[in-house]
Amino acid sequence: MSASYQKRRLVNFIAFGLTGGCALLTLGVLFFILGYVTAHGFASLSWSFFTQLPKPVGDPGGGMANAIAGTLKLIFLAAWIGLPIGVLGGVYLAEFGGNAFGFFVRYAADVINGVPSIVMGIFAYAIVVLPMKRFSTLAGGVALGLMLIPIAVRSTEEFLKLVPRSIRESALALGIPRWKAILWIVIPAALRGLLTGVMLDLSRVSGETAPLLFTAFGNRFWSSGWLNPIASLPVMIFTYAVSPYADWHRQAWAAALVLLMLVLISNVGARLLMRKRIRAF
Amino acid sequence: MPFVSIEKPLLRGPALRRKGRGPFGIGDRLFKGLALFFAWMILAIAVMIAWQLWKNSALSRRAFGWSFLTGQIWDPVGERFGALPFIFGTLVSSAIALLVAAPMGIGVAVFLAELAPRRVSDACAFLIELLAAIPSVVYGLLGIFVLVPWMRVHLQPWLIRAFGFIPLFRGPAYGVGMLTAGMVLAIMVIPFITTLSREVFMSVPVSLKEAALALGATHWESVRLAVLPYARSGVIGSLFLALGRALGETMAVTMVIGNRPQIAASLLAPGYTMAAVLANEFTEATSDLYVHALIEIGLVLFCITILVNGLGRLILIKTR
Repeated sequence: MSASYQKRRLVNFIAFGLTGGCALLTLGVLFFILGYVTAHGFASLSWSFFTQLPKPVGDPGGGMANAIAGTLKLIFLAAWIGLPIGVLGGVYLAEFGGNAFGFFVRYAADVINGVPSIVMGIFAYAIVVLPMKRFSTLAGGVALGLMLIPIAVRSTEEFLKLVPRSIRESALALGIPRWKAILWIVIPAALRGLLTGVMLDLSRVSGETAPLLFTAFGNRFWSSGWLNPIASLPVMIFTYAVSPYADWHRQAWAAALVLLMLVLISNVGARLLMRKRIRAF
Repeated sequence: MPFVSIEKPLLRGPALRRKGRGPFGIGDRLFKGLALFFAWMILAIAVMIAWQLWKNSALSRRAFGWSFLTGQIWDPVGERFGALPFIFGTLVSSAIALLVAAPMGIGVAVFLAELAPRRVSDACAFLIELLAAIPSVVYGLLGIFVLVPWMRVHLQPWLIRAFGFIPLFRGPAYGVGMLTAGMVLAIMVIPFITTLSREVFMSVPVSLKEAALALGATHWESVRLAVLPYARSGVIGSLFLALGRALGETMAVTMVIGNRPQIAASLLAPGYTMAAVLANEFTEATSDLYVHALIEIGLVLFCITILVNGLGRLILIKTR
């Protein structure tokens, strides 16, 4: 065996060793993050975290019941605002979008997808907060709802296009009008994929903080109706983490654990539901 | 119409619809109209975002013109606004992120595509995508309480001792700063690089690799000579998308970069980014000019990310 071959084998070994090292390191970071948040979160989690309102500074205890409810309320509202636009826009692209207009719509969805979340916050601020002159649940819902659109569009289009053409044509051959064929044949056939896409989309958006800072703002009490500022878990984590109080830091870890659970369970659940990969970016 | 093609289904046939014949009547037109309406809304939203940013930064644009982009003074009290420190911070922190994440992400992708068995590879890809699902505020929390102390006590003093003769690594070890922000960002964008690059690597024709191997190349040489060149533009596209993500990232950066509007030569010094200044100061902005200056920063950020994402998509579309 020549010396140069030995050298090449060594390079081969080292190079692949390095790539394996990269993989181990990346997975290590993931497990470290999950483990660390779980450990610190569990240590700080208590029953009152889920049932009580935040207490004033210096008063130990209290919880984030309002923020948990607030996050759910915001996601609910965002789903009502963003999903119809995203899903029906996706239906249009899949069924009628083979033209130049379809190209522009796809391009617009890509642009919206690339807009930094904080800029989406400014946009919601400009169209909701400024005219109404108040921070509100509605503004937060609009900001998150807009962020739902691009992925809803893309996953809907992809999954509808996966439905075999023969299924559509046999429906049409039976004399069913096209809109009924889409609603009752094509969409049910793609339903699992559509649900997966929507769930991934919601899970991604529920961890967003930046668009809520100056739309939903924050609230240390329960928020009634849709026109008052509202607390949310991500914003609470941010406020508590940058505060100087040790007790608030503990609460931030607990909130981080709850948020992480919410996001990861819906994310993993959605992806297990449908084995085909969804392009989230 | 002499001939109805099966490939082009007859329901598309404009002739039929024009005459209003057949079963394709009012229902179809309503449904299509509805879907069209929502498609239009997507287009309108994209345009409206740009328009609102433009409109609501008018005061600042009029007051400072182009010098807004080159001014280094950010003085809300004296109402003088220059965005350069923020633009600098955004670009530098993202550049650090990419410098760290690109070799790591591509390395992982090579490992998953070339060495790992298919099932292991799929499982790892699944896990790495979880990194992208973790909310950015959770990264920030870990940044504040884990990474920043570690940087202050271990990495930064070592960098200063070992490389202090280079201006990049001078100054006191704050813990927070440009380098810390870059590292958090790097972790956040690795999944974008890895998942896309892995796909590209796996789509490289086996015959190319086999040709290299048949000529006597080692496995690594086949990667370097056959796989990487073939996949190059796809990988570059994924880097652009990762860059677009890093540029707009807000919460994690805000929590670890130190939030000081300055242009420092040292990577260890605190900085500020466009997204971070929006997150910190928007609700506290009192005067109209102040708000408009902040929104103009949003406009600049919007333009940069659109450009970077657009380039990335263009490259990726060409390769697919």
